[in-house]
Amino acid sequence: MNPILSVKNIQKSFDGTGVLKGVSLDIHEGEVVVVIGPSGCGKSTLLRCINGLERINGGEIWLRDQRISDQEKNMHLVRQKIGMVFQSYDLFPHMKVMDNLLLGPTKALKRPADEVKAEAMEMLKRVGLAEKADALPRTLSGGQKQRVALVRAMLMHPELLLLDEITAALDPEMVSEVLNVVIDLAEQGMTMAIVTHEMRFAEAVADRVLFMEQGVIVEEGAPAEFFREPRTERARQFLQSFTYASTRKNAR
Amino acid sequence: MQGLGISVLFKGINFQRLLLGLWVTLRIALITIGISLVLGLIFGLLMMSRSKIARAVCRVWLEIVRFMPQLVLLYIVYFGFARLFGVNLDGETSAVIVFSFWGTAEMGDLFRGALTSIPKHQRESAAALGLTKAQINRYILLPQTARRLLPQAINLSTRIIKTTALVKMINVTEVLKVGQQIIGQFYREPSAAFWVYATVFLLYFLICWPISLLAGRLEKYWGVS
Repeated sequence: MNPILSVKNIQKSFDGTGVLKGVSLDIHEGEVVVVIGPSGCGKSTLLRCINGLERINGGEIWLRDQRISDQEKNMHLVRQKIGMVFQSYDLFPHMKVMDNLLLGPTKALKRPADEVKAEAMEMLKRVGLAEKADALPRTLSGGQKQRVALVRAMLMHPELLLLDEITAALDPEMVSEVLNVVIDLAEQGMTMAIVTHEMRFAEAVADRVLFMEQGVIVEEGAPAEFFREPRTERARQFLQSFTYASTRKNAR
Repeated sequence: MQGLGISVLFKGINFQRLLLGLWVTLRIALITIGISLVLGLIFGLLMMSRSKIARAVCRVWLEIVRFMPQLVLLYIVYFGFARLFGVNLDGETSAVIVFSFWGTAEMGDLFRGALTSIPKHQRESAAALGLTKAQINRYILLPQTARRLLPQAINLSTRIIKTTALVKMINVTEVLKVGQQIIGQFYREPSAAFWVYATVFLLYFLICWPISLLAGRLEKYWGVS
């Protein structure tokens, strides 16, 4: 089967500094790919290039049979098929939750408002936020905002969903309420590319893990193998940095 | 007769004269605010334009307006232009020109500030929903800019209203000038000055206070800091 997304040897540099140095990646329908790696390794840039928020300097990106890396004028049409949720809570602060949800489907896709509204209400219920439909974003907690942002992206019925460190700015106790929604989406068969620092979550949700460092994919594999015994030394070191090397000797 | 200066206000048509003066004040201020709003938006866009020249011109313009006393600008236009170019501008027109020159730059800077204070993620997450540039401007950037701009624009407007008091120096008979004329006519009434100026103060206050309250309300209501 042909992949939904095909990234072919893309390069990206900022002011002459290479951030992506030839990255290739295929994502198939219903597949969840998790990208991990140290900060500055290019994983967020990879997602931003897929969505056309950054222009690539070389290589190609294909969405099914359409080359999307050279779309200038019609990028908004491409983005209607690729959802993205960011690290910062990026709800539109001047709109109620429901209006945040309706904007894309009614303005970009021109769907009738009442039809979208019913669907939006259904999805809000599913993430436990039905009573927040008429609330302003600033009255929501970080975790609630991020759940709304996920619903907002899903209401576009994207073929592919990109999640860029969506829990990185959250207080620890709110992380799981957001990630549970993502796991739910994965079980419903949503195709996703996820950048995260939550290793347990990565292990739980991924079909495939990519480890990136310095702009290249260093290792990729099934989560069970990758997390138990990574093949490369760099991946091993990276995973080790999440555990503490020693404990206090004089601890009481 | 000491202390009865207040009666001066009600002699003849004195109070109506003050109100007429106030109308001149408001007329200059309103026209200025209208022009400043429209040209200020253009000015703000030019400040953010790619053209270095446009940005430099705006920068110099803004600095001039900030450092030069309004009164000097008024004299330059009212007296200077007549000598230099042989154009005779009446006081009110000169005032509107000078205050608009000032208001445009300040309003433009406020507009630029409001627009650039919107986090870039707002634009990006709107783009990620597949909205066109025009839709992003209309539904995301414009409403948020307006909310940030409006309270500040209102504050600028009250400053413009206050500053119109200067136009009496170029022979425009606005509320303060009328007040001085009344005081002059009733020079035998020593406390007249106090009561007339107090009335002028009150009139300014009655105009500017509600406007300022409105700005505060809007700021609170929209919850932008």
